[in-house]
Amino acid sequence: MSRIAQAFQNGKAFIPFLTCGDPDLETTERLVSAMAEAGADLIELGIPFSDPTAEGPVIMAASERALRGGATTDKIFAMVRRLRKKISIPMVFMTYANVVYSYGTERFVKTAAEIGIDGLILPDVPFEEKDEFLGDCRRFGLELISMIAPTSDERIDRIAKEAEGFLYCVSSMGVTGVRSRITTDLNAMIRRARAANPQLPCAIGFGISTPEQAEEMAGYADGVIVGSAIVRMIGDLGADAVEPVADYVRRMRAAANRSAE
Amino acid sequence: MSNGRFGVHGGQYISEPLMKAVLELEEAYEHYKNDPQFQTELTELYNNYAGRPSRLYYAEKMTRDLGGAKIYLKREDLNHTGSHKINNVLGQALLAKKMGKTRLIAETGAGQHGVATATAAALMGMECVVFMGEEDTKRQALNVYRMRLLGSKVVPVTSGTATLKDAVSETMREWSKRISDTHYCLGSVMGPHPFPTIVRDFQSVISKEIKQQCLEKEGRLPDAVLACVGGGSNAMGAFYHFIEDKDVQLIGCEAAGRGVTTAETAATIATGRLGIFHGMKSYFCQDEYGQIAPVYSISAGLDYPGIGPEHAWLYDTGRAQYVPVTDEEAVCAFEYLSRTEGIIPAIESAHAVSHAMKLAPTLSKDKIIVVNISGRGDKDCAAIARYRGEDIYE
Repeated sequence: MSRIAQAFQNGKAFIPFLTCGDPDLETTERLVSAMAEAGADLIELGIPFSDPTAEGPVIMAASERALRGGATTDKIFAMVRRLRKKISIPMVFMTYANVVYSYGTERFVKTAAEIGIDGLILPDVPFEEKDEFLGDCRRFGLELISMIAPTSDERIDRIAKEAEGFLYCVSSMGVTGVRSRITTDLNAMIRRARAANPQLPCAIGFGISTPEQAEEMAGYADGVIVGSAIVRMIGDLGADAVEPVADYVRRMRAAANRSAE
Repeated sequence: MSNGRFGVHGGQYISEPLMKAVLELEEAYEHYKNDPQFQTELTELYNNYAGRPSRLYYAEKMTRDLGGAKIYLKREDLNHTGSHKINNVLGQALLAKKMGKTRLIAETGAGQHGVATATAAALMGMECVVFMGEEDTKRQALNVYRMRLLGSKVVPVTSGTATLKDAVSETMREWSKRISDTHYCLGSVMGPHPFPTIVRDFQSVISKEIKQQCLEKEGRLPDAVLACVGGGSNAMGAFYHFIEDKDVQLIGCEAAGRGVTTAETAATIATGRLGIFHGMKSYFCQDEYGQIAPVYSISAGLDYPGIGPEHAWLYDTGRAQYVPVTDEEAVCAFEYLSRTEGIIPAIESAHAVSHAMKLAPTLSKDKIIVVNISGRGDKDCAAIARYRGEDIYE
């Protein structure tokens, strides 16, 4: 069983996201360790991109801060290498196609696998374009995570059938960011995905920030992904965000697992 | 590999929420492009609203002055709204309307595409929102006013470098929020499939007319066709029907800004490398880690870090060549054409004029070159005056 599959074995998975290098890589390293200790089941590490077209203002601003602070793919690789000695939960990279492609897809994927990364999420690579990256991911043992959205409809069958790791279910239309209400019929969306691929864990992301939302979303899915709410705390508190973020992860993980009780 | 490839370039590198929109667009376009009723309506708009066909004008004084090849100017600047942008916008707005969309959104750099989109929206009774880099709203304040006058909302984009690439990103974000009633009226031969093909087809009326007009006037095809290239829509339109005519040289003129050896350039073919951005695989100005470069040109319309995928393919195959033209050279050409022919070209188009000034004297008098004057230069007068040290207000 892959490390990602194992993350969904202990109740509902709580999956936090942060942008590497925001505000600096030392803080990111401390944050990731603290989130793992606080019970995160899988961590999404964002590699900042200059023009993140699927992100809302909070993660866009974090990407800008990280790049201004000098974060690069190589420095992030070095940080992950250090982290992997300390933590055992799965870590996946989330970034944009050009960051991987421009580094050399083979070189990027090979290095990521070597340093202990388990998967790759590329929001600007839909089902139709995944072959661009899939060959190298398979060769070096990285799971390429697929996404479905409220507009995916009959595409869900095809996407879910070929998906690996877990299925990233986008809760709402638009870009990343906190939402007060999520109106999509997630039950129908996830039922369809599960019918196409019963073994595949489904995690819901986009718009989730409160424990109440985490509990509700965990009722539909196998995991809950939270990005902007955490990134906003890091944006506000900088290096002082470590304790508050760990505390938030503990509360959100507990809330996600209330639905399972 | 997905549809919409030009060699290795093109594709559909966009987020899953947008896939439904581009697939729906592709299906609608495949249907309507062969629909005689659609083509009749579009031709009617081209001829009676936009003022097509645009003239192919023999620039006799310029030809005599440069002392070489015979120079013709394709007068896209005479179209309604003042540039070639209207060709694409009328096509897309009509298509969107047939698809039942009631709202158009668009990016704009210099404001030409934004003004054209606002115009089509007014004509067809559609809601319109234009995203424009905050930097550009200042450089092109008059065009912001024109769009508002036409009933559109203009949203200044403050992210990144606050120029064209950021306006494209922001329009994509807006589209992913609302696809059911909204069509993204993309302004160039770029972005995810089917946009590069749709925009090229609507702009290809330019080369169709050049071919016909040149045959009428000269009894033969031109030896070279020149056009400026940012994303590359006017150039693609001017090149398209000549691609199979191998004796016709196709030359795209890129914005070199302060020079291709400086960081302040937007010449993608000269300084970029292969990448994936804004929905397509193509050449992009970027750093060693794939971060998109903050490009620069005096021309807001060419101030883009990428180039359309079909141009990338024409470059790979050697069918077209791409040359860099600096700010200074473009400004000199802007002034030259104004003085010599009484035609003030857009600063974008002046990049192509500049290369014609270099090329014509090297060719014999029996050669013919066509320069696409993609837009008129009224919008640029204040900026060029400032470039020359004269502080005037619009």
